[in-house]
Amino acid sequence: MMRYLAFAAAPLALLAQPATAQDFAITNATVATGDGSEPIQNATVLVRGGKIAAVGAGIAIPAGVPTHDGVGTWVTPGLVAAVTDIGLADVSGVQSSNDISASKARFNAALDVTPAINPVSQHILVARGNGITRAVVAPSPSNSIFAGQGAIIDTGADSEPVMKARAFQMVTLAERGADIAGGSRTASHVELRNALREARDFAEGRWSGEDNLLNRADAEALGPVVAGRQQLLVQAHRASDIRAVIALAQEFPRIKLVLVGATEGWLVADEIARAGIPVIAESLQSLPERFEQLAASQSNIGRMRAAGVKVTFNASSARFTHMFTQYVGNLVALSRMPGATGLSWGEAFATISSRPAAAMGMAGQIGELKAGAAGDVVVWDGDPLEVSSAPVRVFIDGIEQPLENHQTRLRDRYRDLDESDLPKAYDW
Amino acid sequence: MPHMKRVFASVGGALALAACATTGSSQAIAETGADSKATSSPGEFNKDPYPSTYRPYPGVPTALVGATIFTGTGEQIDNGVVFFSGGEIVAVGGPDTPIPADIAVFDGTGKYVTPGVIDIHSHLGDYPSPSVPAHSDGNEATSPTTPDVWAEHSVWPQDPGFSRALANGGVTSLQILPGSANLVGGRSVTLKNVYSRTVQGMKFPGAPYGMKMACGENPKRVYGGRNTKPSTRMGNFAVNRQNWLDAIAYRDDEDRKRNLAKETMVGVLDGEILVHNHCYRADEMALVMDMAKEIGYRVTAFHHAVESYKIGDLLRENGVCSAIWADWYGFKMESYDAIPENAALLQQAGACVVIHSDSDQDIQRLNQEAAKAQAAGARLGIEIPDGEVIRWITLNAAKAMGIDTMTGSLEPGKMADVVLWNGDPLSVYSRPEKVWVDGALLFDAMDPKRRPVSDFELGQPGEGDVK
Repeated sequence: MMRYLAFAAAPLALLAQPATAQDFAITNATVATGDGSEPIQNATVLVRGGKIAAVGAGIAIPAGVPTHDGVGTWVTPGLVAAVTDIGLADVSGVQSSNDISASKARFNAALDVTPAINPVSQHILVARGNGITRAVVAPSPSNSIFAGQGAIIDTGADSEPVMKARAFQMVTLAERGADIAGGSRTASHVELRNALREARDFAEGRWSGEDNLLNRADAEALGPVVAGRQQLLVQAHRASDIRAVIALAQEFPRIKLVLVGATEGWLVADEIARAGIPVIAESLQSLPERFEQLAASQSNIGRMRAAGVKVTFNASSARFTHMFTQYVGNLVALSRMPGATGLSWGEAFATISSRPAAAMGMAGQIGELKAGAAGDVVVWDGDPLEVSSAPVRVFIDGIEQPLENHQTRLRDRYRDLDESDLPKAYDW
Repeated sequence: MPHMKRVFASVGGALALAACATTGSSQAIAETGADSKATSSPGEFNKDPYPSTYRPYPGVPTALVGATIFTGTGEQIDNGVVFFSGGEIVAVGGPDTPIPADIAVFDGTGKYVTPGVIDIHSHLGDYPSPSVPAHSDGNEATSPTTPDVWAEHSVWPQDPGFSRALANGGVTSLQILPGSANLVGGRSVTLKNVYSRTVQGMKFPGAPYGMKMACGENPKRVYGGRNTKPSTRMGNFAVNRQNWLDAIAYRDDEDRKRNLAKETMVGVLDGEILVHNHCYRADEMALVMDMAKEIGYRVTAFHHAVESYKIGDLLRENGVCSAIWADWYGFKMESYDAIPENAALLQQAGACVVIHSDSDQDIQRLNQEAAKAQAAGARLGIEIPDGEVIRWITLNAAKAMGIDTMTGSLEPGKMADVVLWNGDPLSVYSRPEKVWVDGALLFDAMDPKRRPVSDFELGQPGEGDVK
C-alpha cells in the first residue's frame, strides 16, 4: 500500500482542474482485460495518449514512459455500470436532489438526463472509488412508460461527464409499465405502438399535432428510435413479457432493442438468443418479489449465457456501487453449486466491463484493456471480484483520478475520537 | 432505484440492540418468557399466549472433520472437529477430538464450519415476497406509538425468503421486526429458520421479545405528513418521553386494567423485553441513551446505526450494540454520513458490532457483508481476525437477541445450528453446502430435495430450482 501514497490525491485535488493524460505503464500485475478471458499473470498494461496502447505479457515499454511496478496487484479496465442512476440524485430520498424520475413532467420520451447529471455527486465519486469509470445512466419511468433518454458518462473528476448524450430511450413493459399506462399490459402495449406510429408520422412529415397523443417534443424524441439510430431499452421481466418484446423486434425490425431486467429470461433464453437481442439482466434476484419474477434465480445470467444470449449484468440489480463486483463474484460462486449455472471468472468480470459496453454499442471503446480503447485502468489490491478487494488507483482516459469523497473524509476525521484540543469540526 | 418500495420498511427497521454485555441476563429473560403462564392474581396474565410449538426435526449424530472452524466466539480452529448429537453440540476441537465410531462423518477438508448465521434485523414474513400491498404487514402506521402490535401476528410463514436465507445465507435464526414508521413499532419475534404451517411452529423457544423503536426521519415524515405529532425530531422525543411516563404510571397503578400497549412498555421497563432502536445519526443515539437513563430502561441495540463510528466511546460505555450494514450509503438524508469503516471503527473502540440485513437480499449474504466491513477496516490499518468477524453475524447477534445461551456459537450443550461452507465464508466464492438446525439437516446443496419450497412456489415457474 505504501507505494501508492505518492499518487494519492491531496484533498484539494477534489477542486482542481483535471490533469492531462500521461503515458504510463504498469508491469508485473495480474491483468484481466475484460474481454471474457481469464487473467494474465505478470502482465503489462501500456497507456499512451489517453488510450490503451498494449496489453499482455512481454510487452516492450518505450523509453521514457513512466513505469509503475504492479507486483501483487490486479489491473483491469475501468468498470462499466449499465444501467444505473448515479449522478441523478445526491440523496434519492431527498426529492429536491433527485432527478431520477419526473413524475409531474409534461414530457416523457423527450426527457434527457444530460443536463441533470452532476459530476460531483457523491455517488459518482464513490462509484469512481469503486472502480467504475463509465456508466449507462438512465432515468426511471414515472408518469409514462417512456422514462426518457439516458446517457453514457464517465466518472472522471472534471466538468464534462457526458460521453454520449441521448444514447438510448428507456421504456417499460414490465408490471410497472402496465400500471402507468392505465392498469394493464394491454394499455402499455398499445401506448408503445401508438407512440412509435406517431413518431414515424412525425419523422415523415405526416404529423399534424391534432389527433395525436404525443406532444411535439416527445414525438420528435422518438424519431431516432423508430429510425434505428438510438437504442430502445425495454424493461421486461416475465417470460411472456420478454416474448412480447421479441415479437416487437419482428414487428419493428429497424428498432435496436435491448432488454433490461429479464428476471425470467432464463426460461426463454433460446428465443432471446435467436432474436439476437442483448440483455442487461437481473443477477442475484432469487425471490418472487413480484408476480413477474416468479421464476427468479441467481442462475439467470449463467443460463442465458450458456444458451448463447448476449447477456450482461444489470447494475441496478445491486443496490449500491460497492456491490457490483460482489454480485458478479457471486456468479462465479454459483458455478460450484450443483444445479446452478454460474460464469467463469473471466466471463463474470466481462459482465461489468466489455459486455455492457457491447450491449450499448461501445464495444472496443470502453470496458476493455485493448489497444485503442479508452485509457480507463483500475489497479486493485487483490482479485477485484473478491469482497476483500478494492481499487488503489483509477485512471480515466489516461488521467489519474482522485479517490477521495465525503465518505473517505469522514473516515479520516473519525479515525480517532480525540477532541482534547479542538472539536472534530476543526479536524480536516 | 429498483428497491424503493422496500426502502421504507427496511430503512425504518427497528434498532433493537441487545447489549453485548447482557450475557448473564439472557437466560433469565428467556425463562421469564417461557415460564410466565400463571394467571393467578389480578394484574398477572399469560405473557406467552402464542407459545412456540417448534420442535427440532430428527437428526443423526454427525461429525464434521478436517474443516476450518469458526466457533462464533472469536476462535478459529484449523483442521478441527465439530460433533453434534441429539440436536446439541457435543464436542468442538482440534483433530484429536474423539468422536464415536458409528456416526455420520463428513470430510470437511478445504471447507469451513460456522454456527448458523443469525440476522438480528429481518422483515421476512411481515414484508414477504411477493411484495404486493396485500402482503404489506410490517408497519401499523396508524399511530406514532403502537407497542400493542406483535410482529408474529403479521408473519406469513410461507414467505419464500426464509428458504433463500437458509440455502444461500446459512441463516438459522432471525429476528422479525415491525417496520420503522412508528416511534414504537411493536414487538419483534425471534424465529428458527424452519418452515412451519404456523408462525408458532417457527418461534424460537425461550427467546425474549424485542420492542422496535425508531428515531429520526421516518416517524416525523409519516406523521408530520399528516399534520399530526410528531413532525420534528423534538416531537419524536416528546411523544416518546410521555409514552414512557405513561407506562411507568401504568406499571405503578395497582388498579390497572390490561392494556396491550402498556404491557409491552412495562415489559421493557422490567427488563423482559429488549429494545431494538432504529437510529441512524450519532447525535440522536446519544439523546436516546440519555432518554433511557431518564426513564430507566436499556437500549439493547441501535439498528441501521450508520453513524455509530462517531460515538464508539459512548456506545461502549453504555453497553449498546450497533446493528449495521457493511456499506449501504446515501439513500436518505440520515444515511449520508455512512462509511464502510463503521464496523471496524466500532470494533476498535471496543463497542459491540452486529452485521444485519434489513433486506431479503442481503440476508442471503451476511457473511459477505461482514467480510466487506472487515476489509474496509484492514485498509485503514484495523486488522480484525476472521473469527471475530464471524462473531458479528453469530454470537454477537445472539447476545443482542437474548438467545446466546442457546445458540450463536459452537460450544457443547448449545443448539446444533451449524453451517458447512464449501470454502471460506468470508470469500465471495463460498456458499453453504449443508445447514443443520438443532442437528437436523435442513439444507443440502448436494441433494435437490433437501431444500425447502414454500407453499407459494408449488406449481409455479421455478419450483424447487436452486434459486
